[in-house]
Amino acid sequence: MLTDITLGQYYPGNSVIHKLDPRAKIIATLLFIAAIFFADSLLSYGVLALFVAVVIGLSRLPVLMVLRSVKPLWIIIVLTLFIHAFTGEGKDVLYQYSFLRLTTEGIIMGIKMSLRLVFLLLISSILTFTTSPIVLTDGIEALLRPFKCIGVPAHELAMMMTIALRFIPTLIEETDRIIKAQTARGADFDSGSLLQRAKNMLPILVPLFISAFRRADELAIAMEARCYRGGEGRTRMHELAYKAKDFIALAIIILLIAVLAVMRWGLGL
Amino acid sequence: MPLNLQNVTFTYMKGTPFEKTALSDVSLQIEKGEFVAVIGHTGSGKSTLVQHLSGLLHPDKGSVTVDGVNLNAKNAAAKKARNSVGMVFQYPEHQIFAETVYEDIAFGPRNKGLGPDEVDRAVRDAMAFVGLDFDSFAKRSPFRLSGGQMRRVAIAGVIAMEPDYLILDEPSAGLDPRSRDAVFKEVMALYKKRGIAVILVTHNMEEAARYASRLLVISGGQVILDGVPHDIFTNHKDELLAASMDVPPVYKLADCLNAHGLPVERTPELAALEKQILELRRAKHAD
Ligand SMILES: Nc1ncnc2c1ncn2[C@@H]1O[C@H](COP(=O)(O)OP(=O)(O)O)[C@@H](O)[C@H]1O
Ligand SMILES: [Mg+2]
Repeated sequence: MLTDITLGQYYPGNSVIHKLDPRAKIIATLLFIAAIFFADSLLSYGVLALFVAVVIGLSRLPVLMVLRSVKPLWIIIVLTLFIHAFTGEGKDVLYQYSFLRLTTEGIIMGIKMSLRLVFLLLISSILTFTTSPIVLTDGIEALLRPFKCIGVPAHELAMMMTIALRFIPTLIEETDRIIKAQTARGADFDSGSLLQRAKNMLPILVPLFISAFRRADELAIAMEARCYRGGEGRTRMHELAYKAKDFIALAIIILLIAVLAVMRWGLGL
Repeated sequence: MPLNLQNVTFTYMKGTPFEKTALSDVSLQIEKGEFVAVIGHTGSGKSTLVQHLSGLLHPDKGSVTVDGVNLNAKNAAAKKARNSVGMVFQYPEHQIFAETVYEDIAFGPRNKGLGPDEVDRAVRDAMAFVGLDFDSFAKRSPFRLSGGQMRRVAIAGVIAMEPDYLILDEPSAGLDPRSRDAVFKEVMALYKKRGIAVILVTHNMEEAARYASRLLVISGGQVILDGVPHDIFTNHKDELLAASMDVPPVYKLADCLNAHGLPVERTPELAALEKQILELRRAKHAD
């Protein structure tokens, strides 16, 4: 069912990962993503996997739930694996069909590339699982603020993100409801030609757009009624403050990058 | 020709920490010609129950059948059976999508595979039932109508499928009292004329008491009471209170009058109660 999607959901908790400053968490996530691209040998992928496992352990999130965040993109992951496996350069040909060549090197490359995707998904969903959307956008806003002088609308971007994140579950629920309502009226979404199927989507898309616009309208009025007028001169209830554990976390990530770099260029592992 | 629910259990988001068992081991049977009201506290599982009755949710355990045909099967018979159950969702006007009122109401009948003449007749009938004048509304955009009118278009869209079982999930939510009464009068007229079964989800006890011939009280995903409304409101007050519900105000008023020594009979109709009180006064003046 549509409502089973867990990506981008906050899972409240008290772990050390939950309590990290959102800025530190965002920077650490970005650094980890950079670290992913430092990894080359299978051993360094093992190091990354170990790191992700430790972070999941520390966050005390249900492991299954975190792993499920990979599900929405599994097609892309599998596709990545296959494309690399069949188009990779390599001498060790296992199987050939016209221009498609399955090589050992290609398979290894495919595994590495799809592992990168999996790590990317896991680490970013750990970020969203352990950080409430409001805190997350606070962090993004704070990180973007220095760029205001070159015209980055930090507050507005953060506000738009907050709103978008807030409405994802609502829209998913709404879609689910509309699909059910039209199904109850005998609508058929998976038969007929491609054009016919596209036309069959209209009874879902039209109400969905209408409801999204209606919600946007209502929200704008509600915000105006409470005197919202952009970020100028706005103070905040929760000021962000770095603590010792934030620096420790960042230090650990930098150490991870260093280890991976040394493994790759220093030791050639 | 019954609609049958056998030992149905259903859990939302199974296998996640958000897991929620919304129905546990529910069995019931609804015959054609019954007017069933389903009441229960918010989150008790009413919507989940009726979505099973219309085949939109598949039970984890147990089965849902119409005249013995399993609603969740993938064959033509199951599809036909599902089409015989009409479902009006909460805020049904949110499902409107077509450019004209006519086109929107015709969506269901066309999906059923009716020919143009039959579709036309079904649309006209449905519009007449919900009190929308064909000539003045058929060609209008449904998005330019008032809230009450849009709701009628949406309800007509379900009625036009000519279901044997009509389910309405809180059809009066968010309507003004007059539109609300109108909706119920229309449903009642349809019920009497076509002899179908109506399943009405509501948390308005008064509606339940006035219209229904049978009352299902849901609490915590189970049917805790099943019987005639008058009997439930008279003999099972404690169970209702325990499930965070209450008897309708007219019953309360009658109890209150009884407590003050006025011998009135409990009735779901305010007008009937009024008549009794006037009788009592007349009798007293006659003394
Ligand atoms: N799509 C859903 N995903 C997860 N939980 C749900 C969903 N729909 C309903 N629930 C939960 O199932 C329970 C029953 O809901 P519902 O049948 O809608 O109750 P009612 O209609 O009586 O208010 C509630 O606790 C609700 O939170
Ligand atoms: Mg409900």
